[in-house]
Amino acid sequence: MTAPNFTLIDETRPTTVPATITGERIRIETNAVRHALGWELKPQGLCKADRCIPTSALQGVVHPDGIDLGALADVLGRPLALDVDERIACLGAAADDRGAQLASLEAPDFNLPDLAGRRHSLSEHRGKKVFLVAYASW
Amino acid sequence: VVIAVALDKSAEDARPFIEAAAPTHPSLIDTEHVVADLYRMVNVPTVVWIDEQGRIVRPNDVAFGTDTYRELTGIASQPYLAALRTWVRDGRLPSNTEALQRTQLLPTREEQLARAEFTLAWHLHRAGRTEAAEHHFVRAGELAPHDFTIRRGSLPIRGIDPMGPAFVDMFTAWAQAGHQYYLPLPTPD
Repeated sequence: MTAPNFTLIDETRPTTVPATITGERIRIETNAVRHALGWELKPQGLCKADRCIPTSALQGVVHPDGIDLGALADVLGRPLALDVDERIACLGAAADDRGAQLASLEAPDFNLPDLAGRRHSLSEHRGKKVFLVAYASW
Repeated sequence: VVIAVALDKSAEDARPFIEAAAPTHPSLIDTEHVVADLYRMVNVPTVVWIDEQGRIVRPNDVAFGTDTYRELTGIASQPYLAALRTWVRDGRLPSNTEALQRTQLLPTREEQLARAEFTLAWHLHRAGRTEAAEHHFVRAGELAPHDFTIRRGSLPIRGIDPMGPAFVDMFTAWAQAGHQYYLPLPTPD
């Protein structure tokens, strides 16, 4: 077992995982992938919640030294920003997932803090009209 | 209810604005640009109407509460505010609403990669790896040159004045290439 040596950010959540790094190729131990991303290797394939990617579609993804991060990103259709020297990567949200959500016109829920640190969700306001305003000091 | 979301690098950047406005509605801080990602927002201000059932009835638009910046933006506040009041009071939507719901732009792979590069850069910056971070901030902006939540929104993180020459150059080059900085929907009737 390798010591945790690589930071993997799942959308915005960082986790430190053990990885084997060969050039641009990053292999992450399967248990660590489950911990960092929620994807678990099962007999039927790679699964998360009720979704499974069948073993037949996992060519190039699963290896003896772990799950290939680049191949996993491709299979999931998720963007991968990588910095090998800094031993860090960010697996972003898939354009298809975000697009399908927006095309459904169902407003995506979010949970964010106010100045006092109290958290608020959009879904708390179901039953009311919401005027969502994004702004910035810049 | 109004939900305001500040796409700022820290609560402290947004604090003066929030304290001056002293809002009774939720006023939230989104340092990771979670809402920008979920709603494909590429600039501020961006406004969205969401109905009682949680459905987006008027997608991403650019609107201002006052005419303070009208000369700069070319966007008048009154028609928009009138349409917003009509919807809130009577539940009546502008006549072009259904057509507009189909005009919501969906994110591309490049845009999502740009967001991942931005998140990576932000993380490196927080870890004190500012030089490495800078490379990824720049890369994010190159992948999504129209996304000013990245290109302008990252300036304060990088210690660059977001109102200064770096922004003026960015804005001028964008305009000279024939692009608009704000992309509002057609004015509601």
